[in-house]
Amino acid sequence: MNMAIRVYLLLFIVLSYSYTAFSLYEDQVGLMDWHQQYIGKVKHAVFHTHKAARKRVVVSTEENVVSSLDLRHGEIFWRHVLAPSDVIDQIDIALGKYVITLSSGGSILRAWNLPDGQMVWESTLLGPKASKPLLLVPANFKIDRENVMFVYGSGFIHAISSIDGEVIWKKELASEGINIQQLIYSDGSDTISAVGFVGTHRFGAYILDVKSGERLKYMSMEFTGGFSGDLSLVTDDTAVAIDSIGTSLVTIQFHDGLISFHQTPLSHLIQDFRRAAVISPSNIPGAFILDTDNSVTLIKVISRGELKVVEELGHATAVSDALFLPGGQQAFALVQHRDGKILLTVKLDSDDGTSNLLEETIHLDNQRGKVQKVFINTYVRVDRSNGFRVLIVMEDDSLFLLQQGEIVWSREDGLASIVDVKPVELPVEKDGVSVAKVENNLFEWLKGHLLKLKGTLMIATPDDVAAIQKMRLQSSGKSKMTRDRNGFRKLLIVLTRAGKLFALHTGDGRIVWSRLLRTLRKSETCQSPRGISLHQWQDPHHHALDQNPFVLIVGRCGDSLDSAGLLSIVDAYTGEERNHMEPVHSIVHIIPLSFTDSLEQRLHLLLDANRRAHLYPRTAEALDIFRRESGNIYWYSAETEEGTLRGHSVYKNCVLEEADNFCFDSRDLWSIVFPSESEKIAATATRSLNEVVHTQAKVTADQEVMYKYVSKNLLFLATVAPKAVGPIGSVTPDESSLIAYLIDTVTGRILHRVTHHGSVGPVHAICGIINYCDIQENKDVLKLVLGTHNLTSPITAYSRPEVSTKSQSYFFAHSLKTMAVTLTAKGITSKQVLLGTIGDQVLALDKRFLDPRRTVNPTQVEKEEGIIPLTDSLPIIPQSYVTHALKVEGLRGIVTVPAKLESTTLVFAYGTDLFFTRLAPSRTYDSLTEDFSYALLLITIGSLVVAIFVTWVWSEKKELQEKWR
Amino acid sequence: MAAQYLTVFLSLILLLLPSAFGISNRNSEGYSINGKVRFPGFSSTGFGLPAKVSNIKIILNGGEKVTFVRPDGYFSLYPDDFNLPAQGLISEVFGMHKCSILFSPFSLRNFIHNVPAGTHLIEVAAIGYFFSPVRVDVSARHPGKVQAALTENRRSLSELVLEPMVEEQYFEIREPFNVLSLLKSPMGLMIGFMVIVMFLMPKLVDPEELKRAQEEMGAQGGVPSLANFLSGAQRTN
Repeated sequence: MNMAIRVYLLLFIVLSYSYTAFSLYEDQVGLMDWHQQYIGKVKHAVFHTHKAARKRVVVSTEENVVSSLDLRHGEIFWRHVLAPSDVIDQIDIALGKYVITLSSGGSILRAWNLPDGQMVWESTLLGPKASKPLLLVPANFKIDRENVMFVYGSGFIHAISSIDGEVIWKKELASEGINIQQLIYSDGSDTISAVGFVGTHRFGAYILDVKSGERLKYMSMEFTGGFSGDLSLVTDDTAVAIDSIGTSLVTIQFHDGLISFHQTPLSHLIQDFRRAAVISPSNIPGAFILDTDNSVTLIKVISRGELKVVEELGHATAVSDALFLPGGQQAFALVQHRDGKILLTVKLDSDDGTSNLLEETIHLDNQRGKVQKVFINTYVRVDRSNGFRVLIVMEDDSLFLLQQGEIVWSREDGLASIVDVKPVELPVEKDGVSVAKVENNLFEWLKGHLLKLKGTLMIATPDDVAAIQKMRLQSSGKSKMTRDRNGFRKLLIVLTRAGKLFALHTGDGRIVWSRLLRTLRKSETCQSPRGISLHQWQDPHHHALDQNPFVLIVGRCGDSLDSAGLLSIVDAYTGEERNHMEPVHSIVHIIPLSFTDSLEQRLHLLLDANRRAHLYPRTAEALDIFRRESGNIYWYSAETEEGTLRGHSVYKNCVLEEADNFCFDSRDLWSIVFPSESEKIAATATRSLNEVVHTQAKVTADQEVMYKYVSKNLLFLATVAPKAVGPIGSVTPDESSLIAYLIDTVTGRILHRVTHHGSVGPVHAICGIINYCDIQENKDVLKLVLGTHNLTSPITAYSRPEVSTKSQSYFFAHSLKTMAVTLTAKGITSKQVLLGTIGDQVLALDKRFLDPRRTVNPTQVEKEEGIIPLTDSLPIIPQSYVTHALKVEGLRGIVTVPAKLESTTLVFAYGTDLFFTRLAPSRTYDSLTEDFSYALLLITIGSLVVAIFVTWVWSEKKELQEKWR
Repeated sequence: MAAQYLTVFLSLILLLLPSAFGISNRNSEGYSINGKVRFPGFSSTGFGLPAKVSNIKIILNGGEKVTFVRPDGYFSLYPDDFNLPAQGLISEVFGMHKCSILFSPFSLRNFIHNVPAGTHLIEVAAIGYFFSPVRVDVSARHPGKVQAALTENRRSLSELVLEPMVEEQYFEIREPFNVLSLLKSPMGLMIGFMVIVMFLMPKLVDPEELKRAQEEMGAQGGVPSLANFLSGAQRTN
């Protein structure tokens, strides 16, 4: 018996030592994962439509992406994601082959090769002060046979060679305190001018020699009315601005060294002008667009600064820059909304007014909001007339290419800026709906499996391989809209920064529905709404199965914590907004409680800036449940600024002017004040609410019991020295330290405290594991703290548990962006830690590598328990990259969702890209893998049957011989 | 008087010196890190990059700065916050960094200019390759003393030329078909075990003993042979 146990243990060890729990064959890519690439909301677009080359459009976006898109299909040719601090200011195309980006406030200029996106050169233009970054790429201007572009940034104007980024000349323009707004260069001229404001009341202009940068002239003139807003250039020697009180337009003419102002009251131009007007930043030579509250007006500058209204363009309009047509004319596009449709007008602008070249209405679905930006491009039609294509950016950040009244392609680029993700179960299969579609017939089924067998035996022809791949990809109805037995099919409800809600199907990543939330749109009462988080509002799984699940969307009007909150409840199957609450009290923190009412609506406690707690849903039943349980509700708040940690509980109903039964005052239970001169709160982590723990206790090899969580209310908190808050490299090792605490959130007792000298942030923590950077070794460190205590006596939160902690630190080669832990349905499967590396990949690391009980030489007993010998750094096995050969560019978060199948967990990583896959941290021990060969099984059984009969015949014969003997 | 002229002259020279030595000095106001990524074996000169890694990022201090690699493998990093001590010199001091580091590749100071004292980390993100992060120590006590080392193997670098440590293979490689792998599969094990039981077990038993046992069994009423068993089963049908 003992022997048998030994053998089994050995077998177990052998199995558990196979570390590569996650690994994939190359032909399995796309089988259970999907990857989507996005670029984000487009800021600038430059078309490149030369006859010879492939037609493309180069865009820069608010996600700091510079990308080249196929103009025919909208696919990405190439894409680069810049650092978050390196914001793209301007883009252009130089020499017809380089994409030029100006970023970081005009201090970094890069050139990218247009066909393949390889960076060609990079120049850093440093200067003493921040200024408006400007980029001017003249079509063909040469100094010493080199094409030159002009860049203004940090107070300097630079002339830069387009070929290699070399600075040809540069000149400081900031010395007079001028705030340069525009660079002006007209083709063939010897001078370049830079114009701007000095202070608020003076207009100034520099005229420089274009070849040497020599300052030829500086002129300035004071305008008593003052200026507000930006300067808008109309022609090469005329600009317009709005005066400081916002009631009149000022035309500035600067010609031959003379500046003249001409003031036109806005009320003369616009009939019922009431409130502030803005000059929209479109670039139409000879004219400009004035945006007022109730109208958009095209105004032309006629001789001597006189203004003339050319056309009223109606409401809610986006206008493109002007486009020069071959005949010397210019055209611009404007987009209006009319009865749910989009009206696109291309106007030809000539000296005697405007005429419509093109008028088209395009039907878009009504979840797109308003048009934000328009970019126009022209092409020559077969009949030699001008055709136009228009790129529009919508309120939900999506991108459309319109041509001949049709949508050529569209991109859902709002998905590049996901704020929060919540998984939702799909509906159960109803009787009427055809359930698991049985394989067409047995023959087909067998044929498929024979093909698979051929594949595993490596005797398949390329045609067969293709057939197998196709079969796999469309296998098992993975994109069906109903729940499956294994729980692999779910909906991911995703909230984007633009305030749009998407439901993505986990099977293939398609969008099931999408909705631009009314609550999160700009309105009179809420000027800058912002979505914060999603919560499970109603998740029916027991006695309300016929109900649809609902999610709660929490938002805020503005960036500060005390701005009014927004709430909306949305049906997760249809996207209908069931109800929404107008700006309510401020929302600082949301606590989903563990109670649900009879409709399975989860109770939520919303904490406001005045430390009041508001209960939702606002029903009598919820209030009843809450009153009953309110004694057991505790929460904590960490105030990073003050360096305090406070524990709270519910006290009594608020005393307000109007009685509110659902509002409660909170009471401070305890507080911990961290010394502000030496510690600053860097990160907190608690165990996640939906984590299921199967076995609370673990029996170690030496017959001791260890508990997984000392208590449910354990808070992990890390503080760093104030100097070490900045990035790596901002402090020296001897002045930085990191202190990790384990705190009981009910009593505020510090259970454990440990100091690490020479460590800096950024700190990432998931319960029990923290990640920080040790600058003495300059490696990222992962550390695990495990608590044990004796549970023989009944424990209350008030008794002091005996905690013994073990901790260990490991080095990890990459810096980390984010961390997550795999969750499974019952918590039996061993866990993996998912590490989002700085290179935008996601690595799965077996949690056994982070066992603090690892020793250099584990004893035999410990080995049998599965303890790996201690190493100082964590291994990086390339096969355990969850994202395999892909990158999740701009990785921001990783969400894990348990599947119904215990061994499996679903992983969704988001950033600029989206990536979804299925992980089995300890392999799929509870189901057959998808490429399981049933044919092989049949053959085995068949051969066994044959063997039985053969041996039977043999045996018969032998017996006969025996009897004859 | 002459001495006065001389001092004026000397100070003029001193004033002009920074511009004269623009190249060596031009980074004295801001820091810069210049380096190169090289893929050994890709081309004989070590120049150029493999086509599949056109998107290589160089990351300073865990994301503080990100830059890209030029076609020749060179990269440079600059700070954001650029505080100038004196404005007069700047226009001379500024300059483009046109890989002048090429010409004196054996001093690390040519790669890492005026980086603030402290410990910095340079990482290379390239799909398909593993690069060891580089730790750069800039001494506060001895200005200009710079050390760079790979964090993985602690090898110190004399020049900032980064090479991949290993090529990363993200996928399992399918083993070509062989009999052994078939035998190792659960079904193969089943068959193998059966074969062992059927053909090896009888051999393990002493033939004499077997005979005796068979005789004993025969005395008790015949050998329950497989044939009997199966035919018996048939008969019951």
